Amino acid sequence: MNNIKTSSAIRRRYRADGRFKVYCLAAVLFALLFLVFFFSDLMTRGWPALLQAEVQADIHYSEVVAEGRYRKAIDKSLRPLVSRGWLRTLPLYLEDHPQKMGSREELWVIASSAVDQYLKGHSSKLKLRHRKLVDKLKSEGRIKLAFNTGLFTRGDSKMPEIAGIRSAVVGTLYVLFLTMIFALPTGIMTAIYLEEFAPDNRFIRLIELNINNLAAIPSIMFGLLGLAIFINFFGVPRSSALAGGLTLALMTLPVVVISARAALKAIPDSIREGALGVGASPWQSIWHHVLPLAMPGIMTGSIIGLAQAMGETAPLIIVGMIAYIPDSPDGILDAATVLPAQIYTWAGEPMRAYAERTAAGILVLLAVLLSMNALAIGLRRHFERRW
Amino acid sequence: MFKKTVAAAAISGALLASLQVQARDQIRIVGSSTVYPFSSYVAEELGSTTRLKTPVIESTGSGGGMKLFCAGNGMDTPDITNASRRMKSKEFKLCEKNGVHGITEAVIGYDGIAIAQSAQGKPMKLTRKTILLAVAAEVPNARGDALISNPYHYWNEIDNSLPHRKILFYGPPASSGTRDAFEDLVMKHLTKKMAVYKKVTKKYHKIRQDGPYVPSGENDNLIVQKLMKDRAALGIFGYSYLEENSDSLLGLTVDGVAPEPETISSGDYPLSRSLYFYIKKSHEDKVKGMDRYVSMFMSDDMIGPDGNLTEIGLVALPGKTRQQMRQRVLQRVELTMSDLKHK
Repeated sequence: MNNIKTSSAIRRRYRADGRFKVYCLAAVLFALLFLVFFFSDLMTRGWPALLQAEVQADIHYSEVVAEGRYRKAIDKSLRPLVSRGWLRTLPLYLEDHPQKMGSREELWVIASSAVDQYLKGHSSKLKLRHRKLVDKLKSEGRIKLAFNTGLFTRGDSKMPEIAGIRSAVVGTLYVLFLTMIFALPTGIMTAIYLEEFAPDNRFIRLIELNINNLAAIPSIMFGLLGLAIFINFFGVPRSSALAGGLTLALMTLPVVVISARAALKAIPDSIREGALGVGASPWQSIWHHVLPLAMPGIMTGSIIGLAQAMGETAPLIIVGMIAYIPDSPDGILDAATVLPAQIYTWAGEPMRAYAERTAAGILVLLAVLLSMNALAIGLRRHFERRW
Repeated sequence: MFKKTVAAAAISGALLASLQVQARDQIRIVGSSTVYPFSSYVAEELGSTTRLKTPVIESTGSGGGMKLFCAGNGMDTPDITNASRRMKSKEFKLCEKNGVHGITEAVIGYDGIAIAQSAQGKPMKLTRKTILLAVAAEVPNARGDALISNPYHYWNEIDNSLPHRKILFYGPPASSGTRDAFEDLVMKHLTKKMAVYKKVTKKYHKIRQDGPYVPSGENDNLIVQKLMKDRAALGIFGYSYLEENSDSLLGLTVDGVAPEPETISSGDYPLSRSLYFYIKKSHEDKVKGMDRYVSMFMSDDMIGPDGNLTEIGLVALPGKTRQQMRQRVLQRVELTMSDLKHK
């Protein structure tokens, strides 16, 4: 009697166990489904941006062009197909290359976005007679979709066909570099002090508590702080990479401190005691023994913190980096924008051709973030030590 | 070691102090998100056809732009601010107070505010009055002698001739110039003449917050996407968005006039507004290229009827007005308080 009861209870428990496993698996699959959907959607949308329509045109470098009437550089019939954004740079080009004056040149030039969208089979504002012309040129092989190098070598533009991510990528590099040189030394030093030297008193505990809290503060707060301190008080130029880098460094700091402390904590005391035992000073014990062993852990945490900073936009809106900045910055005080900001700006453009560039921008950002995270994992796996 | 640290701190402090620049070679522009696409188009043209640096343009909203612009004459303040409405006399006073004198005002053209829905839905005929009654926080009661909180949730409750359709607007948030213009052109325009509203305040413009009006951020594309999903919903946004999405959206007639370039520039379409930018005189000799930027912006190549900006949604000023405006701007005729009061 008793036996039967227990066995049915056990069966019930097993069933509950099995159900629980299924629920967990379903949660994983659900999340995975979203991820697959997100990526495939981005891929299909972003893919076309890697190609750009080009037209083969006969460029005539004449006096009229140098005077500023740049449309005259190509045959009248082709004018509506060629990007004005490219044509308008001709007068300056001639100024720099006076020897070309009067000559002719056969070139593949960037087509307008209407032509580009038409060739890609999207809805396009291209007029009917121009569509026919494009079809004819295509059959003659004088118009083609080529790899869009401009996407990576040009800055932002109001003409989608010549819009690229270069200025945003350069800006991101500047900002990330500044964030790194401000946040890493400060963060690691703080962690060393708190972990190795600090006495256990109320003041230190208060600081620790605050650092942990700071890591959870909405990032826009750091933007407000950055505006108040760096821009308004210290006079760092608005929209500059320096303002953005300092602000993001503030945001990354708690993450670095926390991960560095965890890494230092994981080093067994025997290492420190061994060093001190053979006569090393505390400074030597930390610098020569503890820190090198903790470095992989510190780097992992820092890279993840930097990756987070790289994808951040909210604090940068406040310091004026979400703006129209097509020129790449030449220094840390120049106005700069960042990749997520570029994506945000393109997402708000009414023209359809920007949609594919938005997706392509997201893909680039994701690729960089994934490789940064992969680097963090790689570092950890390679240098990890167990005691 | 300690001495070195102190020295380093002193040097970095001095460096930061030296960041306060006296002149700039890059124009800085702030202001309206509606003018932003036009302004950045001209900026890009300047950057790629001359050897000047491309101006930096931040989209801060008209009000936010004015605040930054009027903050003072320092080189860290913007040189030009864009606006989708005229400078308010309050803002002019702020400018004066902070020593920003000799501002020049430029009108670049018009922008219509479109009220649109998904092209798949059935169109409705709206009037300014019905729109007001649909979005106001308070409306006149049945006798018309007092205000009650807005009870309408379906269009046919306001007007029998309208369909039984849920009232749902996706519109700009309070910080937006489009919102200001909407409140001016629809709400204040009517309420300043209605006795029942005048009892409460001179120009009533409170928008309801009980659900039917959803403020949808400065990103007008988001509104477009929401309209595609919900056919009953209406969107309020700049005319250029309607033009760009003309295959999926339908602009509704207001007082019997459809939003089109001709009706907007003629002023027949009631929801149209002028677009402006304001130039700071004290920066002209300190910032390289401001003059080039302004004359390029005012040229017919940009704001004329066949100009580049009209291709991306600007509605051109009529010929003669445009000529006069260009003259005024190129001569830098200064804005005065009385200009702003006579409207």
